[in-house]
Amino acid sequence: MTKAKTLGLVIALVAFVGGWQLGQNSDSTPQITSSIGGASYSGGGDADRINTALPERTAIGETITVNPGDSIQAAVEAAQPGDTIQVMPGIYSETVYIDKDDIHLVGVIKAGERATLDGLGKLNDAILYSGNNILIANFKITRYKGNGIMSQAGNNFEIRNNIIIDTGIYGIFPQLGVNGVIEHNIVSGIADAAIYVGMSDNIHVAHNEVFDSVAGIEIENSRHAIVENNYTHNNSGGILAFITPGLPIKTTFDVIIRNNFILDNNIVNFAAPGSTVAGIPSGTGILVMAADDVIIEGNIIVNHKVAGILINDHGNAPGLTLDPDVDPNADRVMILDNVMHNNGYDTIDEVRAFALTELHTGDIDIFQIGPSQDSCIINRHRYHHVGLGDFAECDFTNTDSTHSYLLADGAKPRVIESAERGEIAYMGICAGCHAYDDVLIGPSTRDIQAMYAGNAEGIVSYINAPFKVRPEYPEMPAQNYLDAETQLAVAEYLLDMDLGPVQP
Amino acid sequence: MALLLPTIFPTNLIKQVCRLLLASTLAYCSATAADNSLTESQPTSTAATIALSSNCPPSFMLSDNNQCQLRNLYQLYNSLGDHGIGGLKTALPAHRDGFSPQQIDLGRLLFFDPLLSADKSVSCASCHNPGQGFSDGLGRSIGIHGQRGTRSAPSLWNSAFIKDFFWDARAQSLEQQALSPLFSPQEMGNNPSQLLSSLQAVAAYPKLFKQAFPDSSDLSLNQIATALAAFQSSLISLNSRYDQYAHGYAEALNQQEIEGLNIFRSFVARCSQCHMPPLFTNQQIAVIGTPEPEGMPRDIGAEKTFGSVKLKGGFKVPSLRNIAETAPYMHSGRFETLREVAAFYSGGRGHAVPEGEDLLLHWHISEPNLTAYELDRLVDFMGTLSDSSLLPRTPKSVPSGLHILSEQKISEKIISNKSISENNHDKS
Repeated sequence: MTKAKTLGLVIALVAFVGGWQLGQNSDSTPQITSSIGGASYSGGGDADRINTALPERTAIGETITVNPGDSIQAAVEAAQPGDTIQVMPGIYSETVYIDKDDIHLVGVIKAGERATLDGLGKLNDAILYSGNNILIANFKITRYKGNGIMSQAGNNFEIRNNIIIDTGIYGIFPQLGVNGVIEHNIVSGIADAAIYVGMSDNIHVAHNEVFDSVAGIEIENSRHAIVENNYTHNNSGGILAFITPGLPIKTTFDVIIRNNFILDNNIVNFAAPGSTVAGIPSGTGILVMAADDVIIEGNIIVNHKVAGILINDHGNAPGLTLDPDVDPNADRVMILDNVMHNNGYDTIDEVRAFALTELHTGDIDIFQIGPSQDSCIINRHRYHHVGLGDFAECDFTNTDSTHSYLLADGAKPRVIESAERGEIAYMGICAGCHAYDDVLIGPSTRDIQAMYAGNAEGIVSYINAPFKVRPEYPEMPAQNYLDAETQLAVAEYLLDMDLGPVQP
Repeated sequence: MALLLPTIFPTNLIKQVCRLLLASTLAYCSATAADNSLTESQPTSTAATIALSSNCPPSFMLSDNNQCQLRNLYQLYNSLGDHGIGGLKTALPAHRDGFSPQQIDLGRLLFFDPLLSADKSVSCASCHNPGQGFSDGLGRSIGIHGQRGTRSAPSLWNSAFIKDFFWDARAQSLEQQALSPLFSPQEMGNNPSQLLSSLQAVAAYPKLFKQAFPDSSDLSLNQIATALAAFQSSLISLNSRYDQYAHGYAEALNQQEIEGLNIFRSFVARCSQCHMPPLFTNQQIAVIGTPEPEGMPRDIGAEKTFGSVKLKGGFKVPSLRNIAETAPYMHSGRFETLREVAAFYSGGRGHAVPEGEDLLLHWHISEPNLTAYELDRLVDFMGTLSDSSLLPRTPKSVPSGLHILSEQKISEKIISNKSISENNHDKS
């Protein structure tokens, strides 16, 4: 980002020394830049070809098969991390929720017949998950009211090869996740965004077809995302990179939108009143609002009545709430070569009025309004454009050196040493009833040490199924909700504690 | 490593805690409450014998430099960008800790001492009653001279994780917050000079302040704020049945509660979009268009704080932890039960906003059309967020010798609270 700023300065300096006129929207000799070869964007990301977000299985698991008439959720409840759940073709009407890690939920497709989740227009969500290392693949999902597939804070996920039709607000909605792939899905008939990446990091959205929805693909309050090789058509807006104010995570940056087919996104906006996407002008190819470091490259953007690419700040988006913690401007937007044709042919009044201030009439491929620092474009002469006066020439022509923003080894869980785990559990739970020397509610820690010296397993077995030992104390509630690792860690921690001399 | 005793568990409040706990632990409770040998170990009645606790409250570990450091199971996890929001196994937001045990204990005494108010009639605990989820059950709280305010007393549980304070987010630290009610004419009505002189006039206080602030010579407003902040930061509630589920124990919630969790996080109801786990708030301002009590004009809320009409009627998203203990609900207590609150959100966008009134409602206020069954399950789920297991001990007496909120009064309020939640249950 800093680099882009520096480059802007360098270009300005060269312009001054050389005395040529840069970036003007005029009929004078345009600056023609060849994007065959040339410098590649150096704004981060990994050139290694990382194609998966799923780390190796954490355990050698089993395959559980679900047949029509069975419950998928029952299989999830029986599954252990490392297991794969195979769902045979047939109709399943349920909400599946996965609150555990490393589960692969895979539909089996036989001669085109899929495992189909059918919400019957009554159920809220088809698949919800909060675990890490989750794969959801090969389903058909239809007639839900909330989401097709939603995650809350699941890291290292892949959502592949699903057909999602009319599932309410979102088709695919990972939220608050790190490192995920959304590929080869076909999503349609969605009242908000067909694919909505919310408050997430390191996401790859590729090879999806999205249509008949209000928004095709939306990257909102997220960082390090690539949206490439998708086919988005017949939505109200094709691809969006947003900052929505009022959310707890305040930024969107490092988003590459490249090599997508973005065609005919002109359907009537049917979003719920008050929703953020209700403000998308029907007929927008790409919409960048307040997001920073967005690169738009190699897309085919054709037939949009408002504009091919629309870039704006929050100041020009009425109806948004106030958020003093958000930078409202779309800075460092970088537009490389795109194929644009027949855009802005029937635009909205606000766009038309602003275009007139630049004496622009007729088609609009690119429309930019509001402050935008250090933004750039190449070959601007190819397009009908408005508001690019402050855009410099980009000093790179492609993003080839950024293969993906996925993390090479996945998002890692916190590494907790056993002693730290024991301390956390002892302080957070046990200390409520057990003091070191005093009798609080249960016996003192010193007494427990004496009773169980060298026998951590004995403590583990007691806290799993406590029984009344001494008549003068209440019976302890079971601590069986702690996992085995934490139970042993806390037992060892308790026995290893140096309590010093008995306090008076 | 110097490990000291955490002994601030409130043995004299066990009966009350137990009333709040669920049936599964009742046997445990009745046995505890019957044990009369458990009495408060710290004398607080006479200046000669008063010593502040040198032990951290439960869930805090004493460091070598005499600071209490928070430990909780959510420290086993990460969160995206360290924002402290997410799903089940997600770290909490950044928190305040590092106060000394003496500062926390002094804060506890100040918190319960009516000496802090102008006419010595009201303490912090009057409106933030530990027996009522650190709220008061009134909807609109009553300050000195029986003055009724316009907003409800927010719960203080888990204040350590909160970044903006008051319903309208006008304070940015626990210390800044702590002094405000003391000097508000509607709340405790005091002024700095009277506050300082009345504390100095009680023989015990200068000595206690010296214990808590050994490096300072004079008792100061900053010390009062620090001590109150220290006590508030020690109010930790993270061991609910929901938490057991979150840490991986699926049996902690029954089928109806899990259904409630799934409705809560679904994008139809969208509760978790603002009440985000693990704190069950995203700590943002939201304009939701909730009605005021009959006859009360619209409270503009955060419009005043931020100077923008876009935030008219906007209030901080409250944490839902221990929410079942803090009826009535919303910023001015308009709704008596959680069932009514859930129904409000399902009533349609802006349905309670008077015609002609212009509010920029939050985008998640929608038309979820939840069924009666779903509303009941949401109430079930919210009930799983209760945990008072680390309730601090109410002092038997305070240094001023003034009468503190009696146990009887606390338990009466608990009983009335309980009957409200039973009513909820009956409806479900």
